[in-house]
Amino acid sequence: MKIRIKFRKWGVMKFIGHLDMMRHFQKAMRRADIDIKYSEGFSPHQIMSFAAPLGVGLTSDSEYFDIEVNSTMSSALAVAALNAVMVEGVEVVSYVQLPDTAKTAMSLVTAADYALSYKEGYESPYSAEEWKQIVEKEFLKQPAFTITKKTKKSEREVDLKTLVYDFYVEEQEGKPVFFLKVSTGSTDNLKPELVVSSIYERMGIPYHENAIQIHRLEVYTRDDSGNLLPLDALGTEII
Amino acid sequence: MRKLALSDEILMQVEKPARYIGNELNSVVKDTSQIRFAMCFPDVYEIGMSHLGIQILYDMFNRREDTWCERVYSPWPDLHKIMKEQNIPLFGLESQEPIKNFDFVGMTLQYEMCYTNILQILDLAQIPLLASERTDSDPIVLGGGPCSYNPEPIAEFFDCFYIGEGETQYNRFLDLYKSMKESSSYSRKKFLHEAAKIEGIYVPSFYEVSYKEDGTIDRFTPLYDDIPVRIKKQVDMDLTESVYPNKPVVPFIKATQDRAVLEIQRGCIRGCRFCQAGMIYRPNREKGLDRLKELARNILESTGHEEISLSSLSSSDYSELEELIHFLIEECNKKHINISLPSLRIDAFSLDIMSKVQDIKKSSLTFAPEAGSQRLRNVINKGLTIDDILGGAKQAFEGGWNKVKLYFMLGLPTETEEDMRAIPELANEIAALYYDTVPKEQRNGKCQITISTSFFVPKPFTPFQWATMLEPKDYLDRARIVNDHVKEQLNRKSIRYNWHEPDVTVLEGILARGDRKIAKAILYVYEHGGFFDAWNEFFYYDLWLEAFDACGIDIDFYTKRPRGDEEIFPWDFIDVGVSKAFLLREWKTALSESVTPNCRMRCSGCGARQFGGGVCFENQN
Repeated sequence: MKIRIKFRKWGVMKFIGHLDMMRHFQKAMRRADIDIKYSEGFSPHQIMSFAAPLGVGLTSDSEYFDIEVNSTMSSALAVAALNAVMVEGVEVVSYVQLPDTAKTAMSLVTAADYALSYKEGYESPYSAEEWKQIVEKEFLKQPAFTITKKTKKSEREVDLKTLVYDFYVEEQEGKPVFFLKVSTGSTDNLKPELVVSSIYERMGIPYHENAIQIHRLEVYTRDDSGNLLPLDALGTEII
Repeated sequence: MRKLALSDEILMQVEKPARYIGNELNSVVKDTSQIRFAMCFPDVYEIGMSHLGIQILYDMFNRREDTWCERVYSPWPDLHKIMKEQNIPLFGLESQEPIKNFDFVGMTLQYEMCYTNILQILDLAQIPLLASERTDSDPIVLGGGPCSYNPEPIAEFFDCFYIGEGETQYNRFLDLYKSMKESSSYSRKKFLHEAAKIEGIYVPSFYEVSYKEDGTIDRFTPLYDDIPVRIKKQVDMDLTESVYPNKPVVPFIKATQDRAVLEIQRGCIRGCRFCQAGMIYRPNREKGLDRLKELARNILESTGHEEISLSSLSSSDYSELEELIHFLIEECNKKHINISLPSLRIDAFSLDIMSKVQDIKKSSLTFAPEAGSQRLRNVINKGLTIDDILGGAKQAFEGGWNKVKLYFMLGLPTETEEDMRAIPELANEIAALYYDTVPKEQRNGKCQITISTSFFVPKPFTPFQWATMLEPKDYLDRARIVNDHVKEQLNRKSIRYNWHEPDVTVLEGILARGDRKIAKAILYVYEHGGFFDAWNEFFYYDLWLEAFDACGIDIDFYTKRPRGDEEIFPWDFIDVGVSKAFLLREWKTALSESVTPNCRMRCSGCGARQFGGGVCFENQN
């Protein structure tokens, strides 16, 4: 039976990297007595795969991973059992059953929502109102927004407008917050901070990566008609 | 949520920020507490988190409502630099608050090469490095663990040491502190004076050492009449009932020992003459089987660890090992938990067990003959005979194994070239046995025999505490003799040889049997940028040589000088229960190449019987 689990990650847990989060959940499965399936062979491991690894320093409301189980308790009990053995800064929000034919979460990911906000002790160079205008003029109204993306191996031109599906600014607690819906996944993965830092660059002001907290809000897949769906929408609650 | 001591900016630029944020599963957070205790392991997080002793004490202290014990490890050099530059005080992982405001800073001293890290911790904590410079507002700095059995080289840095097992006196020690604080009668000096009367507590500043003209100790005397002349090692005589964590802390990042640990016994019946642990932890005491079963269940349930391992000096000697292992196999198989077996004596039972819990093709057999020839094995009292080794290896080869690891020491007392050459010859014999035992068509390639040698370091409270050491060059020569002789063996293509660097050996030897004069050199090295000596990449032998030179310390005095039977050693004031007369007798027996039977075969009158329990009283009601 395939299960998709969604969790939140905040606070000091942002310093725990993806592989260590995996190890954390492997241990949590045993603590919570989830009847997870193991691979065959001499050193069996739990069948568990993450949707979209979250970088160190990022927080999230919607992290997903899939597991396979031999048997299961109800969604509500499983969520409670896991949360009873969690640490502060991680909370399991949903535990849903997937159709047996479901593809892995990782292969489904196509987009994600992010909020980028200024950390305590850091000020924005512009007010929220000013940012709204800048984003409108420099990005949204432009026919294209081309930057040079440098990787270890090559440099290539990328039009960020084709990878950004939504982009707006709001004021929260007196500071601007950037909201972005961007292309995510194994092809055309866009880090949201690249959009903001590129605008900083256009404006000719230095971008400090430590000034901004990146928070993932949701991770999406596309249904047959092209609509974006949160990853756990593909599963059903176990009663 | 707690505010971290380090900013995001710092945490994002250092390696493995998870080392510094706390919040691990089963770590203990209290609102605040009357007594704040920082428990330090002066090495990096992944090493320190693997240490069982701290987990036990952490659990024990935090059971007290009035005490909050937190953990502290050595910040890695990348963070060290930032903390020094930005004047950030070292903090407890749980509260993230500076430990300079705590009541106690306790350090476990597991190996000599961590001595400079003691100073690093004090320095980053902004606590004066020398005990004599601390005031009433500074924490009490105390040490414990195996290296505190010769605390003299680091005595100046500590207010007191706890000699022995923490389970017995810590509550009295903390109660004393609390009552003095509550009655406002506390001063550092008064507290230490009262603490010095508690059995097992050593306050170095209350003892005076005078030296003879030749540099050896003349007298070691207490400054007060009401404190003991000798410090008595503490032992917990009821291991079954003693505190043990049901919920050990589980690190997020992979620690060196990322598993549940079950301590099955303390002490060892064997009496290997080079082994300090085998002497200072006497008498051998076992934890009852039922208690171990209960602990295993609880720990696996509370941690979710995927592996469990047994801790002891010689697991094969645990009297109910078979039943314990069968229980673990049954428990663990259900939950896909691995069992990691400590090096067991190779026999039919252990091979059967190993074939159940390991992949034979990948795993290897481990023998620790420690010396190549039977003559030298008699000198060190290592009971393993050539028949044990070849018999065990033969059974293993028949069972499908083809990898063998052999551990030896070079530089043991009385070692001759013949003893060194016996090492490759033994390896060759094992390889030949493989080719004789396993028919060609059943072989899984060549057999692989790996020889590893380390250099012997004489330790306090062992029969070899009288032994002399060599020059670094001489150690290397011995490794070369072994290496050259490996190449002369018929089965040389099946034999690999690794050896250790000799510089560390010499330094370890100086620190292990050092006296109070050594402290100056440790301080010199730290002040000139040396710490993390236990890490090859940060070990600067030349800096140590410079320090000894600058401090007027003659290395040979500590390493190469023959010690007389009557010499007063810096650590003689500690009463470990095993008498010096016994150790001396064992030293002479060693030189006559005779073995001493183990504690279960016959009592040799070492003195540990005075503790009134353990193996000394087995089968005697």
